[in-house]
Amino acid sequence: MAADSNTSHEPGRLWRNPEPKSSYDVVIVGAGGHGLATAYYLARNHGVTDVAVLERGWLAGGNMARNTTIIRSNYLLDPSAALYDHALRLWEELAEELDYEFHFSQCGVLNLAHTEQEVRDARRRAFANELNGVDAEWLTPEEIAEVCPILDTSPRLRYPVLGATYQPRGGVAKHDLVAWALARECDAMGVDFIQNCEVTGFTTSGDRVTGVRTSRGTIGAGGVGLAAAGRTSLLTDTLGISLPLQSHPLQAMATEILEPVHPCVVMSNHVHVYTSQAHKGELVLGAGIDAYNGYAQRGSVHVIENQLAAAVELFPIFGRAHLLRTWAGTVDVTPDASPIIGPTPYENLYVNCGWGTGGFKATPGAGWVFAHTIATGAPHPLNEPYGMERFTTGALIDEHGAAAVAH
Amino acid sequence: MLLIRCPWCGDRDEVEFRYGGQADVDYPADPERLDDTAWGNYLFVRANPLGTLTERWVHTAGCRRWFSVVRDTATNEMSPDIPSRRESR
Repeated sequence: MAADSNTSHEPGRLWRNPEPKSSYDVVIVGAGGHGLATAYYLARNHGVTDVAVLERGWLAGGNMARNTTIIRSNYLLDPSAALYDHALRLWEELAEELDYEFHFSQCGVLNLAHTEQEVRDARRRAFANELNGVDAEWLTPEEIAEVCPILDTSPRLRYPVLGATYQPRGGVAKHDLVAWALARECDAMGVDFIQNCEVTGFTTSGDRVTGVRTSRGTIGAGGVGLAAAGRTSLLTDTLGISLPLQSHPLQAMATEILEPVHPCVVMSNHVHVYTSQAHKGELVLGAGIDAYNGYAQRGSVHVIENQLAAAVELFPIFGRAHLLRTWAGTVDVTPDASPIIGPTPYENLYVNCGWGTGGFKATPGAGWVFAHTIATGAPHPLNEPYGMERFTTGALIDEHGAAAVAH
Repeated sequence: MLLIRCPWCGDRDEVEFRYGGQADVDYPADPERLDDTAWGNYLFVRANPLGTLTERWVHTAGCRRWFSVVRDTATNEMSPDIPSRRESR
């Protein structure tokens, strides 16, 4: 460590660590990416700055620190394309807006197809993307080899690569830096981040929430927004609100730091792995959830083994890399692989949850629409289809196909 | 990897099993009488506790029989689901 922290790349303090006030206009539960982005757009778009973001651990230490940083918007259905591409357009200006280099790299995303059915589904999705103004094209194996030369596109594979959809605007960003950039700006606008402050329940009056009970006392709130990912239903259960969420371990892993070898993001639904190379040089791999419910932030080793087998099959040179770390987060999965963003039966309590395995890519978009929902009391047009009532009306937003890797 | 005790085959690795989610979710006795909310809850809402969950597993690579266990979702500690002990949980 440099003796003078001002000479290091990162400054010593990006946000204060204030004591919680007795009440706030808005309390957000969860200082992950979505909570931070929500606080940012509450202040920036709606002028709401009397805001506390409460975090049971440390800022951006949950799924925001554990995801594989992939950003894309090539979803099948109209409400999804609108929501995710809005997020992608925000990503394209966010680093400049926050004046913070967080290594947003639009290196492109390939979604591979390995069976005839996958080819049909993927081409349909690419056509739907084009109609929705989302950049997408269908690539043949020869064209894929030009985009990603280290990928084995030969017919020797057990499941040969038959083609891929390609979204050039997709890519990766450095998740920790995204969180710090948002936190610095929120702090400057007056938002309080209260770390080591676990919310355990609510105080209510009739059909209103009046505050949150926390490990650091009760904090009053004019409105409450939940951005608590895998632990959301533990909170809503205390109010008798039934959400269709199941919390699962989701694992990921990283190799040692290597020279740049991997030019883009590659995702394979069928052999079940996704890969990219971080800005620093690690190969980053992930896949689907562990089958069982769990809050342990760890999963089973055979899930890792299967992903590595798939990765080495697709990328023979990965066989020489050393795996350094594996880890897991707790993700909240919905029955239709789409999030729940909107009001609840309590008139000033709002939820942003159910992002499952794919929340990072939506960080600014989720924050934008959730801030709107909290500030105005009604959903933004982009999150109107995402209310919890769709599980009663049946108007599901089934994205299991375009969620790219099975939930 | 979980070590799961099949009531018929004994302790086996998790890879021999498939997960079946929350136990004791019965088909509604009179489904036509349910309103949309109740039907939606039956279809989509399952318990998601931090702590003990009674859940179903099937021994797909063994005897292919279904059974219930009680698992702590924070520690993954598992114990048999014994009906006479249910009252105390």
